[in-house]
Amino acid sequence: MTTPGAGDPSAAAKVPVAPGTPGGAGASSAPDVGGFTGDAGESTLAGAARAYLAKVRGGEPGALPALFGLVVLVIAFSNLTKVFLTVGNLANLPGQAGPTIIIAMGLVFVLLLGEIDLSAGTAGGVCAMTMALVLTKHGDLHSALKNGMYGAVIIVMLLGLAVAFWQRIWPATIVVVLGLAIMLTHVGEHVWIGMFLAMATGTAIGCVTGFLVARVGIPSFVVTLAFFLAWQGIIIAFAGTGGSISLGNYYPVIGLAHRNIPPTGGWLIYAVFVGGYAGVTIFRAWHRRSRHLSSEPMALVLVRVVGLAIIGLFVVYFLNKNRQTNSAGTPIRGMPWVVPLILILLVVLTLLLTKTRFGRHLYAVGGNAEAARRAGIDVRRIRISAFAMNSTLAGVGGIALASYTGGVPLDIGGGNTLLFAVGAAVVGGTSLFGGRGRIRDAVLGGTVISLIPNGLLLKNNLNASFQYVITGAFLLLAAAVDAFGRRKSAS
Amino acid sequence: MAESPILALRGINKSFGAVQVLHNVDFDVYSGEVMALVGDNGAGKSTLVKCVGGIYSIDSGEVQFEGSPVAIHSPRDAAAYGIEIVYQDLALCDNLDIVENMFLGRELLKRTRDLDEAAMEQRARDTLIGLSVRTVKSVRQVVSSLSGGQRQTVAIAKAVLWNNKVVLLDEPTAALGVAQTRQVLDLVRRLADSGLGVVLISHNMNDVMEVADRITTLFLGRVAAEVNRRDVTYSQVVELITAGRTGNIGLKPATAAESA
Repeated sequence: MTTPGAGDPSAAAKVPVAPGTPGGAGASSAPDVGGFTGDAGESTLAGAARAYLAKVRGGEPGALPALFGLVVLVIAFSNLTKVFLTVGNLANLPGQAGPTIIIAMGLVFVLLLGEIDLSAGTAGGVCAMTMALVLTKHGDLHSALKNGMYGAVIIVMLLGLAVAFWQRIWPATIVVVLGLAIMLTHVGEHVWIGMFLAMATGTAIGCVTGFLVARVGIPSFVVTLAFFLAWQGIIIAFAGTGGSISLGNYYPVIGLAHRNIPPTGGWLIYAVFVGGYAGVTIFRAWHRRSRHLSSEPMALVLVRVVGLAIIGLFVVYFLNKNRQTNSAGTPIRGMPWVVPLILILLVVLTLLLTKTRFGRHLYAVGGNAEAARRAGIDVRRIRISAFAMNSTLAGVGGIALASYTGGVPLDIGGGNTLLFAVGAAVVGGTSLFGGRGRIRDAVLGGTVISLIPNGLLLKNNLNASFQYVITGAFLLLAAAVDAFGRRKSAS
Repeated sequence: MAESPILALRGINKSFGAVQVLHNVDFDVYSGEVMALVGDNGAGKSTLVKCVGGIYSIDSGEVQFEGSPVAIHSPRDAAAYGIEIVYQDLALCDNLDIVENMFLGRELLKRTRDLDEAAMEQRARDTLIGLSVRTVKSVRQVVSSLSGGQRQTVAIAKAVLWNNKVVLLDEPTAALGVAQTRQVLDLVRRLADSGLGVVLISHNMNDVMEVADRITTLFLGRVAAEVNRRDVTYSQVVELITAGRTGNIGLKPATAAESA
């Protein structure tokens, strides 16, 4: 192994080799990993398992709380009622968990910064209500809203636009501009455009929230608590004398939770998702290894791929079984459309967090904002972007909520919506202290958390009070695990 | 060495309100040398470093880089000239790994605008090899799992990664044990040997006497003396720090007494 010796004045100057040429310092000598013996990665499964155990002991429980919760809840509910473990019941889970998972995905962005958004649920409600209004009132928000409220909506959109433009957050700028255009040109009647408007409204709301937190300097807890209350009022005001709005006839919206993909489509999605995951992770491990970069053992990658394939196989198989209880009725089978939506969000947002500069900076600001600032990162811009991202996803979550309930009730996004979403992210392994979390956590945690209402709804003699208490207890437990892990890793 | 300094401060004055912290300070850094900056608490060492790094503005005086006067108004300006400061509190993100920290804010991108992890990892590793760093197991270790010495090493390596010309180290060994101090001092020496101008701020005279080529002592905001390390003894440096003068080196008795 060649080593540019101390005293070689070109040692530092040599460093910037053209990216891509492996081994600037010692390309000639075979695997030049310098002293970094660990960079070849743990080469065996046992080694990887040891590393994982060490990580858990070091205070990073990862997905363990979610798995624990899953086991406990499944055992408890299957003892409580026989209906729980039937296909007919569990097929409802994607529709129930969808909104929680999507809102939790957004929350991961702000939780990564060590911030919180208590208004995510009701902001999603406002988005859904806006969508419902344009859909049912021929896209004309102006005549649908009374008492100058239309002006207020436009002002919020303009404020969001101003923040996004001023901070040079271009994706948010474009989305809000399109949203404004939809409002002003009354084209929101078309269902897909109406759904986009819900998302754009969320983006604008997020920019305003982010501005108040990052620029004005109000703690996010206070800003979003204020908005949590305010948005609830706005939803009621938007509905006006009409009350709840039913969306039973708007199929792309309703279909998210209540329409199923034909079984072959389900298998196709399965093949694309699992195949894509296998292809990408196996190629990456092989490619990195061949270039002598740090990589995971191939065996571990294969175990993950096989595990995902098996779990997916079970899920798709059961969702494709006929769950029509009435033998004379038309068969009900296939996965609800919300499943591919969640999978797409999972992939896209995970890539955003792990493969882009923005994602890297988000983790950095959450880990040590001062270090990030000194590294030249615009910390405020990152903060505002995170809140914009969060509320945009809250808007999508709002659509999923409207889909599941079949319309927009006056309390949409209120109650325990937010508690479920925060719980989902935390149970999945995202830290409340910032710097640690993944989009995957929202999916895992959201699925587990949603088992609680799913199971309790089956027992008519257990009322809502149980749901609140059990969910609260779960969140507290997960947060305790998180806090304990943090203490451990700090010591 | 007769060559001209890469970084030279001339007549720097800096006040915070009514308190003048730096009086007419001259300070030179030479390529390939370790310049120690020593002085008691409140002598103005950190203020001087922050003036160079663009965190504080100077009231009057001139900063010359490679012979020509420059204006440094922000940390970005300093970085553009190739002046890097390794702060006492390190400024690393605990939740990121070594590579991620070294490239923070300056990540390399592929043509498809996503992160070029392979190139970053390779360059980080080459830098650490170039500095003969052997203390970390993997460049993908998370910083929270590193010891104090290893963290200091990462912080210094980060400063070297970008072809910098001057590196200022603020108390790099203050929180370290014996073995770790050893590693860091070796690293400081290698930085200078590889052609950088290195400024070492330290309270520890053993470190200074061992690794420095020149020593500038500050005494209550004034430069007491700039000496060649070989020309002075340990106790002379201590006297310069505590009294501002020793024998015929240092401030004039009147100045020293007046400031004290």
